[in-house]
Amino acid sequence: MGFLDYAPAPESTSVLNLQKEYGLFIGGEFVDGHGSAFATVSPSTEEVIATVAEATEADVDKAIAAARKAYDKTWSRMSGSERGKYLFRIARILQERARELAVAETLDNGKPIRETRDVDIPLVAAWFFYYAGWADKLEYAGAGPNPKALGVAAQIIPWNFPLLMLAWKIAPALAAGNTVVLKPAETTPLTALLFAEICQQADLPAGVVNIVTGAGATGAALVAHPDINKVAFTGSTPVGRNIAQTLAGSSTKVTLELGGKGANIIFDDAAIDQAIEGVVSGIFFNQGHVCCAGSRLLVQENIHDDVVSRLQRRLSTLRLGDPLDKNTDIGAVNSKAQLARITELANSGDEEGAHRWSAACEIPARGFWFPPTVFTDVQTSHRIAREEIFGPVLSVMTFRTPDEAVAKANNTPYGLSAGIWTEKASRMLAIADKLRAGVIWANTFNKFDPASPFGGYKESGYGREGGRHGLFPYLESSDWTKGGR
Amino acid sequence: MARLSIPKTYKLYIGGKFPRSESGYTFEVTTPKGEFLANAAKASRKDARDAVTAARAAQGGFAGLTAYNRGQILYRIAEVLEGRRDQFVEEIRASEGVSAQAANKQVDAAIDTWVWYSGFADKYAQVAGNGNPVAGPYFNISTPEPTGVVVALAPAGKSGESLLGLSAVLAPILTSGNTAIVLAHPTQPLSAISFAEVLATSDVPGGVVNILTGDPAPLMPWLASHADVNALDLAGGSEGDWVTWQSDAADTLKRVLAPSVGIPARSVERIVAFTELKTVWHTKALG
Amino acid sequence: MMTRVPAVHQTPRSQTILGGSPTEKALKRFLEGIPGVDTIGAEARAAGFNTRSLKTSSKVWGLNTIISMVDLTTLEGADTPGKVRTLAKKATMPDPLDLSAPSVAAVCVYGDMVAETRAALGEWHVSKRPDGVAVAAVATAFPSGRASLPVKIMDTEFAVSEGADEIDMVIDRGAFLAGKMGLVFDQIVQVKEACQRPDGSYAHLKVILETGELATLDNVRRASWLAILAGADFIKTSTGKVQPAATLPVTTTMLEVIRDWHGMTGEKIGMKPAGGIRASKDALRYLVAVAETVGEEWLTPDLFRFGASSLLNDVVMQRQKMTTGHYSGPDYVSVD
Repeated sequence: MGFLDYAPAPESTSVLNLQKEYGLFIGGEFVDGHGSAFATVSPSTEEVIATVAEATEADVDKAIAAARKAYDKTWSRMSGSERGKYLFRIARILQERARELAVAETLDNGKPIRETRDVDIPLVAAWFFYYAGWADKLEYAGAGPNPKALGVAAQIIPWNFPLLMLAWKIAPALAAGNTVVLKPAETTPLTALLFAEICQQADLPAGVVNIVTGAGATGAALVAHPDINKVAFTGSTPVGRNIAQTLAGSSTKVTLELGGKGANIIFDDAAIDQAIEGVVSGIFFNQGHVCCAGSRLLVQENIHDDVVSRLQRRLSTLRLGDPLDKNTDIGAVNSKAQLARITELANSGDEEGAHRWSAACEIPARGFWFPPTVFTDVQTSHRIAREEIFGPVLSVMTFRTPDEAVAKANNTPYGLSAGIWTEKASRMLAIADKLRAGVIWANTFNKFDPASPFGGYKESGYGREGGRHGLFPYLESSDWTKGGR
Repeated sequence: MARLSIPKTYKLYIGGKFPRSESGYTFEVTTPKGEFLANAAKASRKDARDAVTAARAAQGGFAGLTAYNRGQILYRIAEVLEGRRDQFVEEIRASEGVSAQAANKQVDAAIDTWVWYSGFADKYAQVAGNGNPVAGPYFNISTPEPTGVVVALAPAGKSGESLLGLSAVLAPILTSGNTAIVLAHPTQPLSAISFAEVLATSDVPGGVVNILTGDPAPLMPWLASHADVNALDLAGGSEGDWVTWQSDAADTLKRVLAPSVGIPARSVERIVAFTELKTVWHTKALG
Repeated sequence: MMTRVPAVHQTPRSQTILGGSPTEKALKRFLEGIPGVDTIGAEARAAGFNTRSLKTSSKVWGLNTIISMVDLTTLEGADTPGKVRTLAKKATMPDPLDLSAPSVAAVCVYGDMVAETRAALGEWHVSKRPDGVAVAAVATAFPSGRASLPVKIMDTEFAVSEGADEIDMVIDRGAFLAGKMGLVFDQIVQVKEACQRPDGSYAHLKVILETGELATLDNVRRASWLAILAGADFIKTSTGKVQPAATLPVTTTMLEVIRDWHGMTGEKIGMKPAGGIRASKDALRYLVAVAETVGEEWLTPDLFRFGASSLLNDVVMQRQKMTTGHYSGPDYVSVD
């Protein structure tokens, strides 16, 4: 065995204390759901982790009623400082239970334990800490001198960063004074349910946070409900479009965080080794299941071959395998359906004439896996250059001049993120100016912080999460008069 | 027969340690009625000098922490204070001669003050800083930074301030990453030293806060004129010879905050008062 | 004080890369044209090595490999024959309780201790057995390097004539920081020449960059290229007398140059981090850095060394724990 075949270093699951079945979390308690219960499965082994309830329209109605009651009777009457204290408590408990949450997230989502442990969970706690501090300082947020909460927020989150997406939704909403009903993705409900337990441990007033598990039907019921004031959705662009259409004309506020096809631009004067790291992190971190993934590499033509060979060399040291092994870099694809999507799009790359290269990985017998893959000779009209793959597939294209790099980077209906690699600051700043993307990483990638606003241009959605601006989706100035029905 | 208690010795808090005054002097702390409570250290100008040295040594590291980290440290102060509230209630009752209810209220308010400021550490820059839309191809951003070492007077009112006044003065100074030398309430200093014990057990690096007890009057001229002190917070200093101190500070152009009646327990202005605004330009060009 | 700017001495490597008769200007331009290093990114990559978890068989292999890569070092003004003899003995049997532990790669001493060291190693010297221990000598007015070139050459020649198998030289950091690349280059070339023995063989040359004084990773990158072009067999981070000494980001930056040099020429240059590596945990991370940056073929004492003294006992104790199953203590390893 070579040194690089590191001996197994598995994280133990003994820290978990899971139920076999979970109900819905409504009004501060776990209650039965009335739909068809479904299983949540570990994507690396295909084993069932637990059974989870499905929320019907009636269940959703109950949850929203609980949220409304909590808003009217308790939460809206509480001072910002008090609200903040609850959020600080939740943040502390998240820190205390960090290891348990990391293991649960890895089990349910398939991403490596190293990432849940070092990235996801610390950010979750930090997000709650950050917004806890805003709860009694809303007059400084920039939303007017006396901003008000919206009321009840319906929140739907995806499967790629389950607990982190929950934090991005719930922390600012509560800090701003709203109550919430949140639906986690059907393939990753586990940490949301553990979060419900944490709310109980923090003594959060009943109904302030409600968790309804289910799939598309549950989500639709949430969005269409007449007694919500706000919809916050993170997920695919087609569903986002649907929601925007459904809510046209209503007074329900909407923010959407949708797909992306981020461009990572490498200039010939880039710090090349760090640029390679950034590209690798940009598309292979989280198995590429990242809306802001750097899924297109725009490399200056004169360094194309060197960059591609360095990339391939670096990818050959990535380890694909058991997500619970601490040395795993690439975990499992979240579901069979997602694997099929990735495979179909990658095949289109072959069919349309791009050249495929995949890292040599031992693929486990069970579970859903896709090796890190790089397509070269990609043209701007190829499907793999335009459509979001949401998997570990990188499409490489070239450019000759800075203008051309900008044009190609912007040539997409999406506009979530972009990366710029150059040692020349004036160029970096000018390119950043011209890129139509909500998050621009220069000489780095995939950096998240609760103080830093995140969100897209164009079809990547609207609204921001994180930072002072992350409060705006959940506040309105008291001076505004509401229009619509 | 009742158990014989072990009265606490109250010393100074400098550089994360609890030294006696180098002068060896102490002074009597009594209740408002004149009953003996404790002998507290009477800080000398050399103690003050040492405190400035300690504050300066700690300042770079403290300002260099992430704002998140600093916020966590301030929040931990609140946690530890909450855990030890009974001790403070007792000390306040004895020092100020107030009721348990009033003492509890003061401790509550002090804890909440630390919570409020801890939550601003990673936010005030978003309120007080911004990008500037200059008329040219330049990236331009303004960011507030801590001014450095701040000397502050805790308010010296008859009651209601020995812990709360200290907190309202100190917390905003620390929020941005300054380090401080605080002159405690001259006749009710016990809460300040017990508070130093909270600091010492709360992940606050040594030297970030230094607390001197005794009479501010002989110390202030030295501190106000000290060339390695960046700012003077006289907000709590209306009782003293503050005009002279402000004048002493003028020589080295320190930033001076004049006395105010009552110190707000929540004030973004008090945070910003001890920061410097830095504006950075950079060219932008595609070619 | 140089009164003229000499043309730079040519080496086979500089010929390959720069062509013709290299000048100071050409050398400078080449070095300045090398892509820079983003420090934050480099530190992030190094932090990634820290997350590797080495257990069971990987760990045992790692610990044994580390021992075999140690240049066991004493470089003190107070060094005596007695001190050097103790160290030499320890080099051959690092674990007094387990003679199956490998011997170290070399003993590293000042030039005037070389003869004593060689005698103390006796039958364990590398000339007598393939798994033997070599004698490495620091030279060129180590650690500061602040002496005239003739003095530095003589320092080297003396150590070689005393029997040193390896020479660890220091570059002229002052000249480097002042931009006199040709001067730095030439000194290395001439010290390399001074490593030649009467029989035509060369003592093996490690070039110490003293990365703590170079301060930036861009400088570390450039100095690494410069040293290799001038003829280094190994590039080494530090003297261990200046803080910071070896760090993972610095080591990774140097390994990347070695990787790129190998890609360009097929030649394998060695690397030695020295100073500040005290715990097995840290040393294991360096092995990870090597394997994942430049490849597993570099995990051999011929291509990677640790300049260390207290590291050895920590590795031996960790090794003891792997065998006995309980934590060891300082009483179970030898004082050196």
